[in-house]
Amino acid sequence: MKAIVDCNSFYCSCERLFKPELNHRPIVVLSNNDGCIISRNMEAKSLGIEMAGPYYQMRELIEKNNVAVFSSNYNLYGDMSQRVMAVLKLLTGEDRVEVYSIDESFLDLSHIAMASLEKFGLEIKETVEQWTGVPVSVGIAPTKVLCKIANRFSKKNDKGITLLDNEEKITSALKNTMVEDVWGVGRQSALKLKAQNIITAFDLRNINEEWGRKNLGGVVGVRLIKELGGMPCIQMKDPLKIKKMITTSRMFGRKVATLDELREAVASYVSRAAEKLRRQYCAAGILKVFVVTANKNPKEYTPESFAVEVKLPVPTSLTQVFLQYALPMIDKLYRPGSLYLKAGIILSDLSPENTVQHNLFMGTDTKNTKKLMEKMDNINFSMRNDVIKFASSGILRNWRMRQDFISSRYTSRWEELKEVK
Amino acid sequence: MDINQFNRTAYNGSKDFDQWNVQNANATGFGAAADDFMERGIDLNEQLIRNKPATFFMRVNSDAMNAAGISKGDVVIIDRSLKPVNGKVVIANLNGEMLIRRLENLRNKVRLLPETDKLSPIEIDASCCDFSIWGVVTYVIHVP
Repeated sequence: MKAIVDCNSFYCSCERLFKPELNHRPIVVLSNNDGCIISRNMEAKSLGIEMAGPYYQMRELIEKNNVAVFSSNYNLYGDMSQRVMAVLKLLTGEDRVEVYSIDESFLDLSHIAMASLEKFGLEIKETVEQWTGVPVSVGIAPTKVLCKIANRFSKKNDKGITLLDNEEKITSALKNTMVEDVWGVGRQSALKLKAQNIITAFDLRNINEEWGRKNLGGVVGVRLIKELGGMPCIQMKDPLKIKKMITTSRMFGRKVATLDELREAVASYVSRAAEKLRRQYCAAGILKVFVVTANKNPKEYTPESFAVEVKLPVPTSLTQVFLQYALPMIDKLYRPGSLYLKAGIILSDLSPENTVQHNLFMGTDTKNTKKLMEKMDNINFSMRNDVIKFASSGILRNWRMRQDFISSRYTSRWEELKEVK
Repeated sequence: MDINQFNRTAYNGSKDFDQWNVQNANATGFGAAADDFMERGIDLNEQLIRNKPATFFMRVNSDAMNAAGISKGDVVIIDRSLKPVNGKVVIANLNGEMLIRRLENLRNKVRLLPETDKLSPIEIDASCCDFSIWGVVTYVIHVP
């Protein structure tokens, strides 16, 4: 059996740990630059505040309800995440924990007897919560995909833990899960499935594997169907899906006219896409930046799309390398006077990171350069806001991140410790 | 570098020290006298942090615990994995505030005791206050 341990509204929980005055109050955390809402707690959710919604659109609702607003404080979240993962490793065993993201981990529980799974899960939950102060929910099931489904129910029940250890429980959980909520089913696939009258995860489990192979991305689709059926196919440490192309783009909440805003948007899409790329241990060889313009006459809707593409000298997965290319590209695309609806980036020509061929003319010290990049990347993760200043690219300095509501780095800076009375 | 080494529960100190680091083992004159007694030296992290992922630091900004040797400006080390038993100095959440006090936990009565004449004990009535223990204070770092 496997488990997933997922921190509840992780960023909000980190903020609340050091601000008890926020108990029972709605909280949201904003993305870099204070653009979008990237974390909200239950109280904020029940106010109707949407995830990934632009901050300014929600502003009225936020102010009216006295919602606590924070800029993202990755120093704090990174440290708290380390703590959660350390406790999980202590309780389950170092090599039984696969850290999946900043706030979730898969656990391999094959060494725990079926009868003690629930007790073990509860112990994990209670220990993590007591030691780190971060509330978590636990989903235990035979496969990763089922763990994810179990965990959706854990978020709703009071115990915070769901165990799918027999066919009856699994079937009932599947029947109560929509296909679009299944881990690994994208929006496009969900539409395709619904058109075939495949509505719930239970319907999905029962479809023909061949149909899945054809319509759900080949072997990935087959694995998904098998996993839903309780047959483990996605091993620990196996990334779910090796994507062939990674696209990050968003419609702007309002039409954007300035280059600065476009650059900000592109820079943030690049970091998100690079993060996804690294998550599947790949490097990308081609970077494409595109913008979509609005028509000047508001009564017409004939958006036009412009794109530039660059083939990188060496495939990479490092955010800062992509940024070096992406920002001049957006500069090139930008036409003063145009209004923009949307911008985005596409990473393609993906290859596994460890098979990247280094260019003979890249210099003799590529190994060290890579090491340096790796370090920068790590620092970038934990101290994001500081490193942006360090980045060799002078272009970046123009891109000032808005962090109007940032809290202290309570766990990583001696000068910013929480004060007690 | 394995960043995790600093985040394990059993903290093994931040120094890599092995026999090759004994400087005077290679002394050209007299060497052997102290070689056999070389140690790693004292590492405060090892001494003061027993459970790394559960350990937090906070700064005291009140005179509430003066008589206990905890002054304004001191940094306290807090271990969330310890049980808050009667008599421990704790960080408590009370109605949205974080307080440092000595915990008195007798039968069904819980009180937060200051260690100064200027403040009075706070009696905890579970029905009317928002109260919880945040963690147990294990050490104080004080600048004399």
